[in-house]
Amino acid sequence: MSKFKKGGGKGMPAISTASLPDIVFMLLFFFMVTTVMRETTLKVTVTPPEATEVKKMEKKSLVSYIYIGSPTKSQQSQMNLSTKALVQLNDVIYKREEIIANNEIQKFIDSERRQKDESEIPYMTTSIKADQNVTMGIVTDVKTELRQADALKINYSTKKTKDAN
Amino acid sequence: MASRRRGLPEINAGSMADIAFLLLIFFLVTTTMDVDSGISRKLPPMPEENVEIPEIHKRNIFVVLINKNNKILSGIGSPTSIIEINGDGSISSSLKDDVKTFVTNNGGSPNSSDSPDKAVVSLQNQEGTSYKTYIQVQNELTKAYNELRNEKSNVDYGKDFNRLDNEEQKKIKDFYPMKVSEAETKAN
Repeated sequence: MSKFKKGGGKGMPAISTASLPDIVFMLLFFFMVTTVMRETTLKVTVTPPEATEVKKMEKKSLVSYIYIGSPTKSQQSQMNLSTKALVQLNDVIYKREEIIANNEIQKFIDSERRQKDESEIPYMTTSIKADQNVTMGIVTDVKTELRQADALKINYSTKKTKDAN
Repeated sequence: MASRRRGLPEINAGSMADIAFLLLIFFLVTTTMDVDSGISRKLPPMPEENVEIPEIHKRNIFVVLINKNNKILSGIGSPTSIIEINGDGSISSSLKDDVKTFVTNNGGSPNSSDSPDKAVVSLQNQEGTSYKTYIQVQNELTKAYNELRNEKSNVDYGKDFNRLDNEEQKKIKDFYPMKVSEAETKAN
């Protein structure tokens, strides 16, 4: 029975930690590869509405984002804004009237198109990231402007939830 | 073990794990894993001038109207019946079921659509309609079509719709084309 006896006062042998860096590096590379850094800082707060029938967006490089929501607290105090919903394109926020008057969406879509290859333009999608509390008035204005800019493929960004039934 | 030639002393690699951990934690914190998802739609192109708007028979239009108080009315030809909102804020499944019976009518009832191909859902909203309700309705409409396509694919191929290959999916999509027309927002 000595086979099963614990060795006198030797204690546990130390586990070799020599492979620890390898494991950590493996994890590190995984996260380095999967990380996508945000390009724009959000100046409007966006809580997307929930939906069940969502589709994943493919080819992220071909997606341009339009954010709609009320400005963040810091923006409100800095720029003296009300909580009225605004539209953010790249790093600039616009009021609803400015969008219509200055064709900002058209300019935005044009600049997005210039960055891409000509053959890719038909596959470009515009993702509308709107807060669930905004009203349809501003969303419809954005949609009309998109139609005028001939950017017809759109995607309403939503959070996926499980189907209730 | 001492180096045999007593040349360069070995660098202690013990802190390598610490450095790697540091980097790892940085990437862990900055990583956003969210995949962008949403409901895809195609907007109609801007109408060209002096192009006649094709007339659609009343029986082929299913009207869904969302007013500024987020109340939903629906009906074939004109919005007549109120769609209930459930206690938890979700839309009653009667909207989805109404759309499904409307699309699959195939000329059966004289007051409903001629064929799935001709059936059009007209979604109208007002200036003050909340985006949340609008998305909920869009979601119900998508769900109606997804269920129809799924049923059809199970009958035709014995598989779920999303397990078919592209060509088969296209056939079913052509059978049940999703036609959602969105009129311009009406004031008030």
